[in-house]
Amino acid sequence: MSGRTSAGDDGRQGARDAYLSIRDLSKSFGDFLALQDVALEVFEGEFVCFLGPSGCGKTTLLRAIAGLDIQTRGSIEQAGRDISALPPSERDFGIVFQSYALFPNLSVRKNVAYGLENRKVPRAEVERRVEELLATVGLPEQSDKFPAQLSGGQQQRVALARALAPSPGLLLLDEPLSALDAKVRVRLRHEIKSLQRTLGVTTIMVTHDQEEALTMSDRIVVMNHGVIEQVGTPLEIYRDPATAFVADFIGTMNFLPGVVVGPQRVRFGSVELDCDADGVAEGKSVTIAVRPEDIVVQSGDEGQENVLPARIGSMEFLGSFYRADLVGEGLEADQLRADLSINLVRRLQLDEGMNVNAVIPRGRIRLYPTGPAGG
Amino acid sequence: MASGVAEAGSAAPRVRPKISRDDWLMRAFMGVIGLYLLVTLAFPLYAMFAKSLDSYRFDLANIELQVDKGEGWGESLSALELAGPVEAIDTEDLTARSGERIAPTDFFPDFSFRSETRYRLRNIEPSRGGFLVGGKVVTETDWVELSSNEFRRVLIRPEPGRGLGNYIEYFSTPALFHSIYNSLIIAGITTVITVTLAFAFAYALTRSCMAFKGLFKTIAMVPILVPSLLPGIALVYLFGNQGMIKELLFGHSIYGPIGIVIASVFFTFPHALIIILTALSISDARLYEAATALRAPKTRIFWTVTLPGARYGLISAAFVVFNLVITDFGVPKVIGGQFDVLSLDIYKQVIGQQNFEMGAVVSVVLLIPALAAFSVDRAVQKKQVALLSSRAVPYQPSPSWRLDTAMFGYCCLVGLFILGLLGVCQFAALIKFWPYDLSFSLANYNFDVMDGGGWSSFTNSIQLGLYTAFIGTCVIFVGGYLVEKGRGFLVGRGAFQLLAMMPMAIPGMVLGLAYIFFFNDPDNPLSFLYGTMAILVICTITHFYTVSHLTGVTALKQMDPEFESVSASLKQPVTKVFLRVTVPVCLPAIFDIWIYLFVNAMTTVSAVVFLYSPDTSLASIAVLNMDDAGDIAPAAAMGMMIFYVNASMRLAHAAITARLQGRTQAWRVR
Repeated sequence: MSGRTSAGDDGRQGARDAYLSIRDLSKSFGDFLALQDVALEVFEGEFVCFLGPSGCGKTTLLRAIAGLDIQTRGSIEQAGRDISALPPSERDFGIVFQSYALFPNLSVRKNVAYGLENRKVPRAEVERRVEELLATVGLPEQSDKFPAQLSGGQQQRVALARALAPSPGLLLLDEPLSALDAKVRVRLRHEIKSLQRTLGVTTIMVTHDQEEALTMSDRIVVMNHGVIEQVGTPLEIYRDPATAFVADFIGTMNFLPGVVVGPQRVRFGSVELDCDADGVAEGKSVTIAVRPEDIVVQSGDEGQENVLPARIGSMEFLGSFYRADLVGEGLEADQLRADLSINLVRRLQLDEGMNVNAVIPRGRIRLYPTGPAGG
Repeated sequence: MASGVAEAGSAAPRVRPKISRDDWLMRAFMGVIGLYLLVTLAFPLYAMFAKSLDSYRFDLANIELQVDKGEGWGESLSALELAGPVEAIDTEDLTARSGERIAPTDFFPDFSFRSETRYRLRNIEPSRGGFLVGGKVVTETDWVELSSNEFRRVLIRPEPGRGLGNYIEYFSTPALFHSIYNSLIIAGITTVITVTLAFAFAYALTRSCMAFKGLFKTIAMVPILVPSLLPGIALVYLFGNQGMIKELLFGHSIYGPIGIVIASVFFTFPHALIIILTALSISDARLYEAATALRAPKTRIFWTVTLPGARYGLISAAFVVFNLVITDFGVPKVIGGQFDVLSLDIYKQVIGQQNFEMGAVVSVVLLIPALAAFSVDRAVQKKQVALLSSRAVPYQPSPSWRLDTAMFGYCCLVGLFILGLLGVCQFAALIKFWPYDLSFSLANYNFDVMDGGGWSSFTNSIQLGLYTAFIGTCVIFVGGYLVEKGRGFLVGRGAFQLLAMMPMAIPGMVLGLAYIFFFNDPDNPLSFLYGTMAILVICTITHFYTVSHLTGVTALKQMDPEFESVSASLKQPVTKVFLRVTVPVCLPAIFDIWIYLFVNAMTTVSAVVFLYSPDTSLASIAVLNMDDAGDIAPAAAMGMMIFYVNASMRLAHAAITARLQGRTQAWRVR
């Protein structure tokens, strides 16, 4: 495939060259700064998600990479070539939009073949490539239908086949799944991921759906207000959110206001907890963050650290588990959300109003400087 | 893992996007079409404004004369001093028209060209006006000596200048500025009547379950297919001096305001109906359900749901009708009698009196209400779009015997009015001589023996229609595409859009007159176009640019904005996505533009009336000229010919569109 010089195969595995490097990228629309000094490297064959709430700049960044809305400042390099100022037609990428933008008057076959024409490829070769692509995306028998005759999921696949047809070095996906039903979405998530793995094409996907990002990405780029908050593997992002925003945006998180009272000690309300508070000065206000599923609820005290007595205020049934609000004297006005497995609830016969002990493992507690985010 | 937020405030240099070949191509095309609009719209209008400020004045104080009655040259006197006692010349007011002249022989009551007296005269200061000696212009200060025989061929020319002189003259001539009042009154009355009638008609079509809705809608559109002269002619037959049913007017004359209003209602009705129909059909059924659930009585629902929902449509329709009436020229020409209106004044000043400066002044005056109506309409149209919610549920009327019967009756009356006027014209065209000889005859179709250009004017019209439709559709649709889908270049696209919107605000008479000033100027390298078919095509395309442009842009707005992005990412030129996707998908809109241009080219009178030459006379102009010459029946016959061509084109258009939906637009069906 053209444009995919493989940096990984020449023995420099340890210090891979980035396939796509973005440096000091800013984009402003009038007075509004949509992207601010963004820097990012994407490696060959990687699946990277841009994740963030709407208006965070993730689509703007994707469109800058595509050359559709060129950045105000900063540079983009793809496969060693500076593409910062190039129009889309001179870059090397395929793109799938949220609307798919399939040409409505052209059959599926002609849609897919669209990018293969005018390239001095023999007609038979084009035909073969189209069949191959349609087989790859699982639509071998639909090639003479028009887009409007296909389901949303099928249209999505056609768009994918069309984008992949000229074998681009980079595949850009702009919220490709958000127009689909929940079930189709889950199925296509796997299909796109396995297709990407088979083809090995470097892929960037924009999404606001954290589940999508967590299941599909090799790495996630979490963005907010035009800046990158954190870049990391799904596990890193989930387990070790770098900022309160990331912690809040990905998964569910309890945020409690607290004060550092000693080395490895933090207090909130009238409760003191052991935690890893390295490098935070004593007496400093912090936000204590802990995920509901990390809170262990038990009936007795088994001698662990960070046990706090509490009462189950209310329980919400969520199918595979219960989410309980824990209240207690020590918590004062705050509540602690804890996820209780069905098993646990059955075994301990937990119910609203029961008194229990909640254990917060010290390794699961994260501290963030007190700021506007969180809670 | 390299990533994260870089140091804030790092000032990398601004990126200057490279402009792709596609972008250059699109800009080049936009430049060409923009230039076209500048040359065919902005420049002529400028020339007209300039003309309206051209004023002429006799500078008699600058010319001195001496007389030699055989005793040597006498006392040197200025022309002003000599003209003082002459009654024919008002020395208080020496403003003049460009073509006006003063003969200095008038200064000498005892002048005889046989006498031996010698005269000499000169300009005191070098002058731009000067005087003519037998066709030769003298502007220098040297004495010119002449015998009395030569002296009688001397004419003093007025001095050209710039100023508001023409405007002052206009507003101090009651006969002229009274037309403003007349125009406003007529336009106002017509607007109220047309909008009321059209609203009721649209209400019947959208809110009742009466039968033959499709037929009524078709009939209501018929007036678009005929020149506005035709209803006037029909009214002459019905209520004129020998009218069929003139008793119904109880002694009032149809020639004047009554006739103008009735004929204007006829030709503006479909325009108002289209707008109000759109406004009524987008209203939301859920509002009616809510109102019914709250037990609001029917009348209350009408006043609180139906009417407010259509208010922008009503306002918009009112301004469109107002604009159409105040700028129309056909109706008052045929049936206005002695009742002067602005558009007719332009015609009379230019064609009748050859007073181009005053024609330009009236044009500028006429521009004011037209521009005002246009701007209000644009502002209102924007709001109407905002009213549309994508989640609205279309309203389905439920049958009601009383409402349906009443509405059916009403629509029959309107249909009778429209088809009746048309029928009268057809009847008039086919009989020998109303009211004396009612036998059938095709003599009225023998156009070649009448004033007006004969059958060739009819073929000219069809030529004009086809050229205008084909060239105009290409130019206008491509222009709309460039505005809508261009990348970057915001200032250029904004300016282009503004230019494209302008023609709607410019009355046809004004445009035509502006073309005279611009294209008939010998210094203009484009003056070779004057008097050709080309200038008629250009003028007609420009005249009807805006509505066509809006039709195209509306269709283009419904296209996914990412088609061009996808195509570029697949390394295909923009021409490919335009020809393979945009044009096929927009074909229905493209055909709509085509038929709109064709029909209007067939019926238009106002702009082209100043621009046709004997070789390029048009059918609509022939109607005008034959009516002017008293050949009313042949005028009606020619008007009906226009109707037949337009109606068959309309039918063909409907058939082709239907076929298109079936074949190339197969993708629309699931």
